[in-house]
Amino acid sequence: MMEASTRETYGKTLVELGRENPNIVVLDADVSPSTMTNFFAREFPERFFNCGLEEQNMIGIAAGLAASGKIVFATTFVVFVVCRCFDQLRLCISQPNLNVKIVATHSGISVGEDGTSHQAIEDLALCCALPSFTVVVPADAIETAEVVRAAASDYGPFYVRLSRPKTPIVYPEGYHFTLGKAVTMRQGKDATVIAAGIMVARALEAADILARQGIDCRVINMHTLKPLDETAIVKAASETGAIVVAEEHLAQGGLGSRVAQTVAKKKPAPMEFVNLDDRYASSGKAEELLQRYGLTARDIEESVKSVVKRK
Amino acid sequence: MSTTELKEMAKRLRRHVITMTATAGSGHPGGSLSAADIITALYFKVLRHNPENPQWSDRDRFILSKGHAAPILYAALAEAGYFPVAELTTLRKLDSRLQGHTDRRFTPGVEMSAGSLGMGLSFAIGIALAAKLDSKTYRTYVLLSDGECEEGQTWEAALSAAHFKAHSKLDNLTAVVDCNGMQLSGWTRDVMNLEPLTRKWQAFGWHIIDIDGHDFDQILSACQRAEKIKGKPIVIIARTIKGKGVSFMENNVTFHGNAPTPEEAKKALKELE
Repeated sequence: MMEASTRETYGKTLVELGRENPNIVVLDADVSPSTMTNFFAREFPERFFNCGLEEQNMIGIAAGLAASGKIVFATTFVVFVVCRCFDQLRLCISQPNLNVKIVATHSGISVGEDGTSHQAIEDLALCCALPSFTVVVPADAIETAEVVRAAASDYGPFYVRLSRPKTPIVYPEGYHFTLGKAVTMRQGKDATVIAAGIMVARALEAADILARQGIDCRVINMHTLKPLDETAIVKAASETGAIVVAEEHLAQGGLGSRVAQTVAKKKPAPMEFVNLDDRYASSGKAEELLQRYGLTARDIEESVKSVVKRK
Repeated sequence: MSTTELKEMAKRLRRHVITMTATAGSGHPGGSLSAADIITALYFKVLRHNPENPQWSDRDRFILSKGHAAPILYAALAEAGYFPVAELTTLRKLDSRLQGHTDRRFTPGVEMSAGSLGMGLSFAIGIALAAKLDSKTYRTYVLLSDGECEEGQTWEAALSAAHFKAHSKLDNLTAVVDCNGMQLSGWTRDVMNLEPLTRKWQAFGWHIIDIDGHDFDQILSACQRAEKIKGKPIVIIARTIKGKGVSFMENNVTFHGNAPTPEEAKKALKELE
C-alpha cells in the first residue's frame, strides 16, 4: 500500500486555504516543524502565531481571534492540546461555540518511541464529551485534505486527529469527503468492521484475509465520530448482524462506546471491540506497539470470527 | 459623565449588586463591589460602545476575566441600556439571561464566558491581535482579579502579550487587576502571596500604572494615559477593597461567595443611599 503523511498534507492544505481566504489564522505551540504548520508560517508570517509552550494560552487566544471573525486553526500534539487544555477547550471554545479548529498530530500509540506521555489515547473520549464540537479522524492523507477544508468552511469547533507516522492511502485521488457521512469501503454481508483513522487500512487488510476464509466482511470508515452516522450503523447491524469496532484509543468513550450506544438503542447486535482496553502502552516502534497492544489486522480478524459465532 | 455623576452611578450599581445577590440568595458580592468603580468608569466614560448595537464591530471590548463578578457587569450593562434594569433580579434563576458566571451566549454585551479563572487575558489577547490584523482602532480591556494571578495561564498570557505583534505590538490592550487582596479562603498574601505584583508585571514586559481603584480621577487618568502608550500592553494595578461601600462587607471574606441575608441587604442598601 502507498503511504503518505497526514500532517504533511495538513500543512500543505493550510497553505492553500490561506491563499484562498485571508481570514484564516494559524496558531501553534512551538512544534510547527513537526505539525507542518511551518509551511503556513513561511508563507503567511503575519497570520501565524507561535505561542511557545503556552498551550492553554493558545486556546484562549484562538477563542479571541475566532470571536473577532477569524477562522482559527490551533495545532500542537494531541496530548498537549486535548489532554492538557481540556478546561480551556470547554470554557473558551465549546461553551461559547467559537469557530476554532483544533487539528492535532501525534495521536495514539503509533507516536512510538516517545512513550506513554506522548501517546494520546484518551482524546476521542474527551473531545466527544464536548457539546458543539465536531470530531473527525481521517483515515489517510487524501481524506485529511478534505477534512481540513470541511473544517475551514463549516462554522464551529472541530477536533481533527492526525498521526505522526505516514499512513497507508486507502482512497483514490478525487475522493470527496462528506462530514458526518460514513464511507462503506467494502461491501459484505457476514459482519461489519467499523473503523477510524489508521485502523481503516487494517480493517481492509483483515477483510481480505477473512474473504479467503469465506467470511464476507463489510468495512466502514467512520471518519466522523461526532455527529455520528447512525444510519450507516443501523444498516450494518441490520444487514450483517454483527459489528466489530476498531480504533487506536482506550476502550471507553471513543468510537466503540459511541457505536455501541447506537446499536444498543436502535438495532441490537453482537459486538466486539479492538482497542487499547484500559491500559497505557510503552516505548517502541509504531508497528511493534500496534502489534503488542492488539491493533493489527490479525486482531480485527479474530474479533470478526468471534462476533460471527455469536450471531 | 462628571465625577460626581460617576460616583452616583457607582453607588447605584452597588445597590443593584446587593439587591441582585440577596434576591438570588447566592453569588459573589465582595468582588463585585471592589470592581464597582472601575466598571462604572469604563462603561460610563471610557468605553466606546453602543448598547443599541452590542455587536458594533468598532466597539471597544471589555472582557470580565473574573467571571464571578458578573453581578456588577450586569448592573452596568443594564444601566447602560443593554437590557432592562428590571431584569437584574432574575440573576441566577432558571431561564434568566443573567447567568451565575458570565456566559456570552446568554447576555447582550457580554463578550466572553468566564468562571474558570485565568483565561480572560488570553482571550483578550486574541481580540487585540485581531484588531491589529484588521487595522481596527478599538481597544481591548480586560479585568482580572488579583487571586487569578495565581493561575499559571495568566502569566503565559502576560508573557505573550508583551511578545506578540501583528503589524505592531499589543499597545491596544489594557488589563486592569482588581487587587482587593482577598480570595475565597482568606487574604491573598496568606493563601498565595503575589507581591511584589507590580514588579512581576513589569518583568513580563508590561507598562505599569498603579492606582487607587476607588478614585475616579485616578481610574480615568490611568485609562487616558494607557491609550497613549506605544509598543507595550498596559496593566493598571488597581488597589481596591473587597466589599467596598458597605461597612460590614468591607474586607470580609464571608462575602466573597455568599449573598447578604435579607436583613443584611436592608442594612447595606441604607448605607448606599
